[in-house]
Amino acid sequence: MATIIVEVMLKPEILDPQGQAVASALPRLGFTFAKSVRQGKRFEIIVDGEPTAAQLAEVENAAEKLLSNPVIETYVVRVEK
Amino acid sequence: MRIGVVTFPGSLDDSSALRAIRLAGGTPVPLFHASDDLKEVEAVVLPGGFSYGDYLRCGAISRFAPIMASIIVAAEHGFPVLGICNGFQILCESHLLPGALTRNQDLHFVCTDQALIVENTDTPWTNGYAKGDRIIVPIKNGEGSFQAGADTLKQLEDDGRIVLRYVDKNPNGSQHDIAGISNARGNVVGVMPHPEQAIELLTGPSEDGLTFFTSVLHTMVGR
Amino acid sequence: MALDTVATAAANPTTEQPWRELGLKEDEYARIKEILGRRPTSSELAMYSVMWSEHCSYKSSKVHLKQFGEKAPKSDALLVGIGENAGVVDIGQGYAVTFKIESHNHPSFVEPYQGAATGVGGIVRDILTMGARPIAIMDPLRFGPADAVDTRRVLPGIIAGVGGYGNCLGLPNIGGEIVFDETYAGNPLVNALCVGVMRHEDIKLATAHGTGNLVVLFGAKTGGDGIGGVSVLASETFASGKAAKRPSVQVGDPFAEKVLIECSLEIFAEDLVIGIQDLGGAGLSCATSELASAGSGGMAIQLEKVPLRDPSLSPEEILMSESQERMCAIIEPSKLSRFMKICKKWDVTATVIGEVTDGEHLHITFNGELIVDVPPRTVAHDGPVYNRPIAKPAYLDSLKPVTLPAISNPKEIKAALLQLISSPNIADKSWVTDQYDRYVQGNSVLSQPEDSGMVRIDEQTHLGVAISTDANARWSYLDPYNGAKLALLESCRNIATTGAKPLAVTNCLNFGSPEDPGVMWQFSETVRGLADICLEMGLPVTGGNVSFYNQTGAVAILPTPVIGVLGVIQDVRTRTKMGLPAAGLEIFQLGNTDDNFSGSEYAHLHGQIGDHAPTPDIDAEIRLVNLLLEAQQFFQSAHDISDGGLAAALTETVLKNSVGATIELIEQYIPGGLTAGLFAETPGRVLIAVDPVNIEEVRALSNKYNVPMHRIGKSGGSALVINGESIELTELRRAHTETFAKLFN
Repeated sequence: MATIIVEVMLKPEILDPQGQAVASALPRLGFTFAKSVRQGKRFEIIVDGEPTAAQLAEVENAAEKLLSNPVIETYVVRVEK
Repeated sequence: MRIGVVTFPGSLDDSSALRAIRLAGGTPVPLFHASDDLKEVEAVVLPGGFSYGDYLRCGAISRFAPIMASIIVAAEHGFPVLGICNGFQILCESHLLPGALTRNQDLHFVCTDQALIVENTDTPWTNGYAKGDRIIVPIKNGEGSFQAGADTLKQLEDDGRIVLRYVDKNPNGSQHDIAGISNARGNVVGVMPHPEQAIELLTGPSEDGLTFFTSVLHTMVGR
Repeated sequence: MALDTVATAAANPTTEQPWRELGLKEDEYARIKEILGRRPTSSELAMYSVMWSEHCSYKSSKVHLKQFGEKAPKSDALLVGIGENAGVVDIGQGYAVTFKIESHNHPSFVEPYQGAATGVGGIVRDILTMGARPIAIMDPLRFGPADAVDTRRVLPGIIAGVGGYGNCLGLPNIGGEIVFDETYAGNPLVNALCVGVMRHEDIKLATAHGTGNLVVLFGAKTGGDGIGGVSVLASETFASGKAAKRPSVQVGDPFAEKVLIECSLEIFAEDLVIGIQDLGGAGLSCATSELASAGSGGMAIQLEKVPLRDPSLSPEEILMSESQERMCAIIEPSKLSRFMKICKKWDVTATVIGEVTDGEHLHITFNGELIVDVPPRTVAHDGPVYNRPIAKPAYLDSLKPVTLPAISNPKEIKAALLQLISSPNIADKSWVTDQYDRYVQGNSVLSQPEDSGMVRIDEQTHLGVAISTDANARWSYLDPYNGAKLALLESCRNIATTGAKPLAVTNCLNFGSPEDPGVMWQFSETVRGLADICLEMGLPVTGGNVSFYNQTGAVAILPTPVIGVLGVIQDVRTRTKMGLPAAGLEIFQLGNTDDNFSGSEYAHLHGQIGDHAPTPDIDAEIRLVNLLLEAQQFFQSAHDISDGGLAAALTETVLKNSVGATIELIEQYIPGGLTAGLFAETPGRVLIAVDPVNIEEVRALSNKYNVPMHRIGKSGGSALVINGESIELTELRRAHTETFAKLFN
């Protein structure tokens, strides 16, 4: 069994009010390290056995079509063991 | 004059849209997401709500409903489509309209009586208004902030495709105060405010929204 | 851990069981053994413990609540009374309306968003279960001090939860309350009301009868939600007292509930169910035992058939799980395929988990092994009943009268008024209510901050219903008997002020620990007052909810009986709104003001509570309601005078449509002078505006009903002018509306 991870982030130029809210909450709690924060989504897709190149291509396709909205978001696909 | 309203799982303002069509003098026709049958309607409304719970992204799952395949084909041939709130989000996800609707700037769901200016009256849904009309229509959304790239915004502005613009206050952080837009041809319109909730003084803040529905009926008769 | 079957239990009578950890008392455990003639299995123990809990069995309140039955007024309107999921009343034209209010206080303190969200979800399912389409919700809320740190955690989460769930269900939120008081710190109250409508013939009941009929579980899959304490049974090491592993927080999925509503209504429309019950507190334990005991008693359940979200759940946990968005229906086998087809259309999981049998026992098996064998009535209804000790609390002997500086000059009027209307309890609440969808369904005729919420039922006949919820906990603290009466009278007045006729009552009684005799006294006095006033007003109680243990250490919350009144209006187009619609109208106060400031917001601002609640004048209140209903056609606006007194009522009335008013209060006519005239909260008063041409008609009616009618001013201008002191509406609005944004943004 392996897990294919798809991470979806808003494009840098798109307003991210959730990330901003986190960024402004951090210093209130004494965490002063953050210059800025962006918030995204993570999908964990469990597959049987080692993912094949064809499977990964399919996941890429699904990420492009469904999991992300290319108008405002970008994605990365990777495999976690 | 048959006008359809699509019910997706989680649609909420479908019954109000059907009522608005009836009060405008049309024949409302309920359509179901799982069928690709448009039942010979001459225009269609994608209503507000939280289709599929707005999980993943607003409209992202509904976009793949069988009925949307029929609507996308029809829209490309000039069939009038109005997306309201969640319907607008579905139209953007379907790429029938440019841009995207994202989380409200203050992160709160907002329900308020909103002042708007009607800017584009060359669509089948707004030709009953005069350019510059100021109307009051409720908005109620959590993800209504219109976002698009600079090129897209410029094109929308240059082509006069901004249908509605927020005035007095921008409730959700939309770029250029955009509350509604159309496609290049004008037949597909998406608006965040809810014209179907402003059709009777008894239940809404005004009757200003009814013109969306009378407009499309007149357009059909004129054909 | 080995399965604890009925056979094992019989063979091993001395096995030690964690009844104490599950909250049972020694005599209760003994009673279970007596009922069964053996020790319970761990599944049975789980069922009894949760069904005999205070929350499910009303064991401390039962002896008092029976007054609602004993003193019930004769009412033709009542179609289904107390005992079902929600009461049902006849509103005419073949329509039946069901409404109920419930608390979700403790879960909302632990996890504000999910606690409040699942509170809404639960009450909506109760209404749906009666066969009704839910049409509106309301949420009376109470919090600790507005500026307290914990309130800033709890309040935004609860508001977002109520909105997040209700908005996604497509239910207009048309009213409620938000009240702050020190005693609610650590004990926020989240009460949720839902109202639904159906035709008389579509009423459904929670009953299982007809041997061979099927038990179908439909909706969400079952997970480990809300199991909390019951995990002790699943833990192999319970004897060593190891902590529970399962979460006690339930997580709501409003989308699942929305499709469950549409799916259920389609099933009801085709008359496919014999009985139906939602799964809320105590989950399947409650649903199976209540359905069976309301029918002939026999039911067989195969627990392994329950679809699970978490496959590691033990049978005890499956029985206890409070996973949301689930329903249990009893259907004839011949109707199963149609039932399943509708579930498939809505993508709702449905599974046959058992059947109605001809015995009188509820049998539950797990993979063929019998793990529960009980008479269902003993689980659902024969729980313990306590006559808890009652003692009048000592604090009542040390109350002090309110002493306030009298207001004498116009400058002081302005300062006091601005301070009052910007205080959290009186300030504008739209920061909160704008997070709720009040328009969806397109039938909301009135919503907050109007005196009552009003919904159109029939578009052709214009029939509608109005609902109001009220409580004045400070009056209940001073005098719980009269406090309950005053809350109900205020609610009736709110209904009548908008033009509807009061018809029926629901209630949510929020109190401290029943083990405190003083709290129990407050509770018993409240119930006595409520039962008496319902009889006196001729209004049936259709149901209610009791929430105890709202206290931190020795400090209980103020006794908070939240009363909901439902009214009917024949033509919603005739409703009256609170805002002044135009200039040139004559403004009157109906009813007299007295000088009692006890329990008022004005006294609260000065750190005082006073020594006695008003004594309700029931005859005067009934005459006022009748006057309001008959004279309504002449009112341009009407607004109840209650929290914050005339000052608050005037503020809300002028700000609504930005139409000012000039008011002249004649000091010598008001006992208590100008201060009382503006800030006393004397019950039985309404602010009205009348077109000058209609004054004589209104005066004639006020004479007919013997209700005092005082002319106090005229509408118009861009300011609120009181005895010569002018406050521009812009300044008034800023003071009234800025408070919440400042506190919670």
